[in-house]
Amino acid sequence: MARIGVFVCHCGSNIAATVDVKKVAETVGQLPDVVYATNYMFMCSEPGQKLIQDAIREHNLDRVVVAACSPTMHFRTFSGAIQRAGLNGYMLEMANIREQCSWVHPDKAVGTDKATDIVMMAAAKTRWSEPLFPREIGVTRRALVIGGGIAGIQAALDIANAGVEVVLVERSPSIGGRMAQLDKTFPTLDCSGCILTPRMTEVAQHPNITLYTWSEVQAVRGFVGNFEVDILHKPRYVDASLCTGCGECLTRCPWKKFTSEFDEGMGRRAAIYRPFPQAVPNVPVIDAEQCQAILSLRENPERDKVRCGACLKFCPRKAVDFRQQPTVGTEKFGAIVLANGYSLFDPAVYGEYGYGRYPDVITSIQLERLMNAAGPTGGEIRRPSDGHHPRSVAFLACVGSRDQRVGRPYCSKICCMYTAKHAIMLKEHDPHVQSYVFYMDVRAGGKGYEEFIRRAQEEYGTAYLRGRVSKVYPEGDHMVVMGEDTLLGMPVRVEADLVVLATGVQPQPDADAMARILGISYDGYGFINESHPKLNPVESNTAGILLAGCTIGPKDIPESVAQASAAAAKALGLLSQPTLLGEAMTSWVNQARCAGCFSCEAVCPYHAVERVTLRDGRRAAQVNEGLCKGCGLCASVCPGKVITLRGFSDQALLEQMNVLLLQPGERIYARNSL
Amino acid sequence: MPETVFEPRIVGFLCNWCSYAGANLAGTSRIQYAPNIRIIRVPCSGRVDPLFVVKAFQSGADGVMVLGCHPGDCHYRDGNYHARRRFALMHRFLNFLGIDERRLKIDWVSAAEGKRFAQVVSEFTRQLAELGPLSAISGQQAAVSSQPAAVSQT
Repeated sequence: MARIGVFVCHCGSNIAATVDVKKVAETVGQLPDVVYATNYMFMCSEPGQKLIQDAIREHNLDRVVVAACSPTMHFRTFSGAIQRAGLNGYMLEMANIREQCSWVHPDKAVGTDKATDIVMMAAAKTRWSEPLFPREIGVTRRALVIGGGIAGIQAALDIANAGVEVVLVERSPSIGGRMAQLDKTFPTLDCSGCILTPRMTEVAQHPNITLYTWSEVQAVRGFVGNFEVDILHKPRYVDASLCTGCGECLTRCPWKKFTSEFDEGMGRRAAIYRPFPQAVPNVPVIDAEQCQAILSLRENPERDKVRCGACLKFCPRKAVDFRQQPTVGTEKFGAIVLANGYSLFDPAVYGEYGYGRYPDVITSIQLERLMNAAGPTGGEIRRPSDGHHPRSVAFLACVGSRDQRVGRPYCSKICCMYTAKHAIMLKEHDPHVQSYVFYMDVRAGGKGYEEFIRRAQEEYGTAYLRGRVSKVYPEGDHMVVMGEDTLLGMPVRVEADLVVLATGVQPQPDADAMARILGISYDGYGFINESHPKLNPVESNTAGILLAGCTIGPKDIPESVAQASAAAAKALGLLSQPTLLGEAMTSWVNQARCAGCFSCEAVCPYHAVERVTLRDGRRAAQVNEGLCKGCGLCASVCPGKVITLRGFSDQALLEQMNVLLLQPGERIYARNSL
Repeated sequence: MPETVFEPRIVGFLCNWCSYAGANLAGTSRIQYAPNIRIIRVPCSGRVDPLFVVKAFQSGADGVMVLGCHPGDCHYRDGNYHARRRFALMHRFLNFLGIDERRLKIDWVSAAEGKRFAQVVSEFTRQLAELGPLSAISGQQAAVSSQPAAVSQT
């Protein structure tokens, strides 16, 4: 027989005002197995907890029901209290008679009746409670950072500086990310490269950081503290251990007319290239689809002489290797920081802006490349159609932001600021330039941001026109922007040499695939969901997987850096523990009765169900408790009912119904006793 | 017998992460709703075995609610999709049993939807009050079973 103690809390007047707590305790006290029932003003207070502990000792209680607030509020409090009195912390059940009763039912008779039911249900459930012990899990003291943009770089450096080994995986040939593409940063107008490249070099030289560029995370197995990750190393066709980064190959390659991804289509590169001069690592990569030597090997892998081969011929170290193959490495990590960044909205969706049809309609990131001294024009702003310096530039804000029609109702947060930056920089480049900004609202929340917008308007004479643009079309050698000034209530016509679209932030096109690999959830756009938007802003809802930067949502550089440091701190907190406590409420298979249908395996979201062969040769399911999160899907689909979810067993759930649904006179426990 | 207002008995299975938290929010926001529901906390709506629903009806419930996280928001990735599929079939099965399928409600309430929780519960209670007691149909059946389900003894 169980020995249950019931403790009904008044919570001041929060419960006692609408629930007759004394009566509840008396009624529940009459139930079989309930050997002690009482009420008290504040159970969670020090004397309240002592009252419970004393009662456990005095009445030799083995189970405790606390009828008070929600378990989310005080389960830990009371679990700790009964543990200190010698009981297992899971021998506690909380009856939620505050949030789900006294606060919502003002009628005292109704409230008392319902509270009695709730407490009886809890008492019934606790009869099936059993001591649970969370498993101790070892921790691999290494961290993986996915994405080599500024967020990933910062996270990797912070973790590495704390003395923990870090692997940084970046899928492009160089780290640096979006920030490397930028010319200046708002609102300080710092040179982006000047502040970024020292950190990139630091990553490359850090003794605790292993850098894998041109690599991708393919699969993630395991759980917090013990992730096993498959990393694909794509062939670079250049041996990084031999290459000195002299760049001879880049000039010798005869195929130089390919579109540069890094320059966003504004520049050209050879078939062997490095994305930008300060690339880290400074090792070129060959585009296999465009290299004649590699294509010739594809036609006939057996041939001993390749077509072209100029890069190899002129390489002083003979570092080029056309026969490199992709490899996959598996490594173990304790924590993962996801910082895979964002992509930019494709403005071709707005047919009226003519992006893709008119060469002089470009995006902001393209303008950024044109402004950059290391860019395709050497920092001279020349419009794509005829190479002339533009004298009049129109900026269109909110292209792919705050627009339901294109499925982007959110604000991209950075466009107002970078557009103001562009207007300022254009004037700095050429004092004769006049900029026009078509905007919806100027959103400049941030330190020094509003002042920056003011500067763009007042010092640099940028014309801000509030309203959307209806049409952009060419006329003579310039573009005409037709729009509306909603403040004047008048149509506006601006003649511009160059039109710049401030494209919004959106998730990486494969963000959902990445989320599935990691087993974390994402929203309707593809941004990753935080575990709690306010209180756990850098944690995903899978333990051990942390988030930083624009993978969560649009943000600027300082915010990304701050988040990265936060994620690094969380990762370090996790990795500094010798062991972690796993989930206690896990599923358990009674293998003696398991028929081996593996319905459980098919539904388990965590692949926690394993197939094992028993000694008699039968196949049966087994739950890996390290992976199990305790959702109970397996228990509900098991046709033989041989899976038990600890803490939420079939019996514990059914018992609650049984005690509840019988007529008042019949309210006794179900017949099968413990 | 004197005329009394019929008060339906409702068992509600609420997932721990969304709907149970939503019910708590209704409490902290002091949003009143019909008191007929008795809440059984489960980790996930996917934990709810169709057997529980049958058992609830068999042992005297007039209605059963299964509330989970909105599709796509499941704490356990996709448990609520399993629940959705399972109870779509369950509705057809209830009709087969002669139990009006409206007596089983599956719905989604997030942790931020205290008001919606109150609305869903009150609306379901009202609907059941119109449908009347289930025992009127199944007669004696209701009170018979105080046995727990045919579950394994572990």
